[in-house]
Amino acid sequence: MNKLLEVKDLQTHFIMKNEVVKAVDGVSFTIYEKETFGLVGESGSGKSQTCRSILGLVKKPGKVVGGEILYKKQDVVKMSKDQLRKIRGHEISIIFQEPMTSLNPVLKIRKQIFEAFDRTDMTKEEKRKKSIELLKLVGIPSPETRMEEYTHQFSGGMRQRAMIAIALASEPSLLIADEPTTALDVTIQDQIMQLLNQLKEELGMSILLITHDLAVVAQMCDRVAVMYAGMIVEMTDTFTLFSTPRHPYTNALIRSLPNQKGANERLEPIHGAPPNLADLPMGCPFHPRCKFAEEICRTSRPELTDLTNTHQVRCHFLNKTVGFQGTFTPDKKQGGCDGENS
Amino acid sequence: MNGLNYILKRILQIIPVVFIISILIFLMLRAIPGDPARLVLGEKATIESIDAMREKLGLNESYIVQYGKFVKGIVSLDLGTSLTYQRPVIELLRSRVKITLMLTLISTFFSLLISFPLGYYAGKYKDSMFDQIVKSGALAAVSMPSFWIGLLLMILFGVKLRWLPVGGWGNTFIEQIRSLILPGLTMSLLTSALLIRNIRNSVVDISNMDYVDFARSKGISERAVKNRHILRNALISTVTLLLMRMAYMLGGSVIIETVFSLPGIGKLMVDSIFGRDYAVVQALVMLFAMIILMINLLTDIIYSFLDPRVKF
Repeated sequence: MNKLLEVKDLQTHFIMKNEVVKAVDGVSFTIYEKETFGLVGESGSGKSQTCRSILGLVKKPGKVVGGEILYKKQDVVKMSKDQLRKIRGHEISIIFQEPMTSLNPVLKIRKQIFEAFDRTDMTKEEKRKKSIELLKLVGIPSPETRMEEYTHQFSGGMRQRAMIAIALASEPSLLIADEPTTALDVTIQDQIMQLLNQLKEELGMSILLITHDLAVVAQMCDRVAVMYAGMIVEMTDTFTLFSTPRHPYTNALIRSLPNQKGANERLEPIHGAPPNLADLPMGCPFHPRCKFAEEICRTSRPELTDLTNTHQVRCHFLNKTVGFQGTFTPDKKQGGCDGENS
Repeated sequence: MNGLNYILKRILQIIPVVFIISILIFLMLRAIPGDPARLVLGEKATIESIDAMREKLGLNESYIVQYGKFVKGIVSLDLGTSLTYQRPVIELLRSRVKITLMLTLISTFFSLLISFPLGYYAGKYKDSMFDQIVKSGALAAVSMPSFWIGLLLMILFGVKLRWLPVGGWGNTFIEQIRSLILPGLTMSLLTSALLIRNIRNSVVDISNMDYVDFARSKGISERAVKNRHILRNALISTVTLLLMRMAYMLGGSVIIETVFSLPGIGKLMVDSIFGRDYAVVQALVMLFAMIILMINLLTDIIYSFLDPRVKF
């Protein structure tokens, strides 16, 4: 498989007067062509900033201070604004979490789609045709009339579909989906995920899916990286992650999910709260919440270690985590894990 | 068609408001203590002359008849005769309104010219040195009394540099424009300061919206991001604010018109109040009320075009 995007030791920091918030602190991963790569983590773990960094959309005072983001072997970080604009929307597109606020309220949907064709020499009629096609593709009924409407006339799910249509307008090779379904209710969530899967197959693109929902990961992703406090703590294929997680945090995350078999068991929460990124604990950032933490975890930060070629974990005590059991196994064909049961 | 219906509906809604305003103006002038005829003629007037004046002003008739005449006068634009100027009020207003209108337009033009670039870049480079300077400048402009700014400008451009007239009104169009530049600039400073703050804050808020990032992620130019997304949305609240200021300016700034000896309606209002020229006061109050109503209507109409979420 060919590498499409390679993120190497990415560091995105927010430099304020009195403190530096290390939102992304040495993240590396690779996305191959035609795969769905998941980035999972709690709020504030740095997953959104990672994907914003890829498109140069980090908000001030945030800044990519180190590392490389190689898209088809070109470093996005070093690109001029003009070069970056050629990548944005044309090679890499993004859809955001909040369909309510991600579309301009005062412009017709048509204008917002047409914008994606700004750099092409398409005629108005061609743009129109293509827009209708796109809206049909994402399942918006009667696109001819709906494209003349404004976003407040669209429901949440329809807005998300419109946003996907716009993101797909110039046939990107990589679609970044930043928690695309968080703001939607469960049935719509499932529809959107299925739509993304279908579009990925049809258009042959890769997807970088940011989410905090492990069920979505199980349903969608080929490979997953789990982020904690701006770092990747575990990265492997989806099956391995759910069947034999090796980082205590991943394990705890999976154990905190409702179990498919035993309905009466209590859920196991992860105690404590994610650390303050401006004031990370010494050593492993997860140690204050970790059941297995020992002295070394407090003093030295573990490196991301290769367990196998395709499984990396950042932990000092990999021998202790051998017996971890995932609570459920992903089954792509059934289209998700808890969807049917709940 | 929808829009047209809305406008018609709004115009119809104005009618009862105008009716109530006319009653208020009518009663207010009658509620002033003392006999208007005596007030007009002064302390030493004879009974005969006061009686004659009462007859002339129609004060001996019942309130209903007086009000009827008052309304008829407004409708037929016969607003009576000014006692001070001995000219029909309508004629007096016509020349004065033109000056105030021109002053308002020039001042609005200056305000837009000053506030949009400053406000936009202050918002875009939030917390930068430029932003700090603009913010302090806006605060200073809001705090400084306009007569003082007017005098400073007058000293600099009128007295020292001799570029522009220090005051008065010209005969030719060019002269008139020249004599409106300093008062227009003075007047625009407060408006600009208010607009700058509003534009700056809107730009800061809107730049943080996801739809701006999403627009940017489409690979469109920064210019398009600025015009189509940031400024287009910032315009909504800014236009409302600007129109409110325009309503205020159209009422005639007493201070600025006095400082620059411009014969606008603000100055006329003050002169008429001191001169107890009731016919003029009455007409001006009515005019101000109409201006406010019209600008409000205009604001709502423009607003509904700028923001599609506002229903007709």
